[in-house]
Amino acid sequence: MSMPSEERSLTYSAAILEATDQEMKANSKVVVFGIGVDDFKGTYGTTMKLAEKYGADRCWDTPLSEDAMTGVAIGMAMAGLRPIHVHIRMDFVLLAMNQLINIAAKARYMYGGQVSCPVIIRAVIGRSWGQGAQHSQSLYPLFMHCPGLRVLAPATPYDAKGLLLQSLRQQDPVLFIEHRLLHGQKGPVPEAPYAAPFGKARVIAEGRDLTLVGVSYATVDCLRARALLKKEGIDAEVIDVASLKPLDTRTILDSAAKTGRLLVVDSGWTFCGAGAEILAQASERFQDGKPLKTGRLGFAPVNCPTTQNLERAFYPDAAKIAAASFELVRGERREWPVVETAAEVLNFKGPF
Amino acid sequence: MVSEPELIPRLYRSLYRIRRVEEEVARLYPSDKIKSPVHLSIGQEAVAVGVCDPLRRDDVLFGTYRDHATYLAKGGDLRRMMAELYGKATGCAKGKGGSMHLIDLSVGAMGASAIVGTTIPHAVGYSWSLRYEKKDSIVVSMFGDGAVDEGAFHESLNFAGVKKLPVLFVCENNYYAIHSHHLTRHASDNLCERARTYGMPAERVEQNDVLAIRERVAAAVDSLRRTGKGPHFIECMTYRFKEHVGPNEDYQHGFRPKAEAEPWMKGDPVKTLAEQVPAADRVTIEREVEAQVQDAIDFAEKSPYPDLKELYTDVYAE
Repeated sequence: MSMPSEERSLTYSAAILEATDQEMKANSKVVVFGIGVDDFKGTYGTTMKLAEKYGADRCWDTPLSEDAMTGVAIGMAMAGLRPIHVHIRMDFVLLAMNQLINIAAKARYMYGGQVSCPVIIRAVIGRSWGQGAQHSQSLYPLFMHCPGLRVLAPATPYDAKGLLLQSLRQQDPVLFIEHRLLHGQKGPVPEAPYAAPFGKARVIAEGRDLTLVGVSYATVDCLRARALLKKEGIDAEVIDVASLKPLDTRTILDSAAKTGRLLVVDSGWTFCGAGAEILAQASERFQDGKPLKTGRLGFAPVNCPTTQNLERAFYPDAAKIAAASFELVRGERREWPVVETAAEVLNFKGPF
Repeated sequence: MVSEPELIPRLYRSLYRIRRVEEEVARLYPSDKIKSPVHLSIGQEAVAVGVCDPLRRDDVLFGTYRDHATYLAKGGDLRRMMAELYGKATGCAKGKGGSMHLIDLSVGAMGASAIVGTTIPHAVGYSWSLRYEKKDSIVVSMFGDGAVDEGAFHESLNFAGVKKLPVLFVCENNYYAIHSHHLTRHASDNLCERARTYGMPAERVEQNDVLAIRERVAAAVDSLRRTGKGPHFIECMTYRFKEHVGPNEDYQHGFRPKAEAEPWMKGDPVKTLAEQVPAADRVTIEREVEAQVQDAIDFAEKSPYPDLKELYTDVYAE
């Protein structure tokens, strides 16, 4: 599916709200809950006024009980409802791992195909303004590892809406991963409801010298790196992975076959990350053909610090991506001395 | 309290059937035809039967990995259960779940879980849905005293209390979580007190007696269905005659004395009720049950193993 041309523009968070609103209107089985979803902030606007519009039975605040509320969502899904459980930070999903991995991921299989658990877990990765070690984790590899789960990480408002609508119309449990710094990003979003397919990566900028694959917010940095590289005469293709499981290896590896160079940028740690999986699959595919040069970037292999200079060093950014790309293409280091910290990072004043 | 003449024979049939199924499982176990960990309910059958008898077919039960008794008492298919234990394609989970995940959706026997306490919130979520859809079915959540140790128990009861959901919590207290006595795990032996804290009536049934349990459950279910006043908690004191997992006894290991078990064995719920069944009825019931059990074993023995392609099915919907 190609991206729509300039139509109406929405922020990522407004796209999530619109998808939820439209499906709640179309299907009375859709129910949204989570800590604070019905308060005056409306989960960064993504659940704003849904309780007013659809009533306290359709959008409600929960006790601070991530484990049981995930089990409640599973029980609701087993009874035929379409629960969306919202977590303001992905770090809190760790409290729900038992239900997600021991039950949601396994119910269909261990009950011989008779039980579906179409729960949607919305989880927000935090970053910037001192989020620190427990408000910045993006734990998608934990979920990618387990059979039975769908793991989505849309980077554009278009996919945020389309993939959420698709999640609400299929029968498997979904980890729907958002990035706090994406919430304010704008992009074209058609008003009429549409479903974007799972397992479809997006070539968002074409190029011939190098393939850059971004996961979630890293896609934005890949596009910025592409602009830096262009000044050096390097033409990078940028792919937004969008769906981590199923993973569209074909689109990624077809691009890599064309460019001969593949750099994956995780919005997370590189060890056992999405990049590790993508490059492992690349090495399996490219055993006999022309050699493929590969690399990966992601968080520094430490816990996220709060102070600004260390935090900046912790994350991959456009300059680091450009430098790694340059080396893959030209075989030598070239540093970008000025770290152009992105506007959404500088402008984010928290506290959340 | 007992008015229908069929009640005692009906309860006895259910109790005796569960006992005989599990005795056969224990007898067959050394043959290694059942390649699945089995957690037997021998000694505890009165709880499953007393809880399930007042339920309607469209009421829903979520249980634990010690699930043979609840599955059968709720009306789960015996042939498909035995085939599941044998790992056969005709099993209730196509041979992919085994003893700990018995399921028969047609009678509201929801799949059980091997992770202690995990199905308690499922029952709560399911009951939320029933009320949302304005149905008058109710949900029963059954779990052991070990599950009370888990956070999910407290979080789930609290939420059910806050939302006043139509769910009956039944704690099957057999005193032991594997080999740990509940007083080594619980600061107080009054589990009902905990449930009351979460805003629901709670009661304990001391006798391992199917009629006493049934009476309390019937009253609670009736109230849940009619009044919508919210959840109810019943603790049933009972005792496991066999080891935690497997077909044998475990008294020789010293963690629980045989003397502790003796009063419970003396009050064996199956034998106690047998004395109340008219002799002619009893002979008929036992003969019919024996035939059913043998039929289920034959069915399991003759059924094929799953096709190898089944390894890759049922992971995702498509």
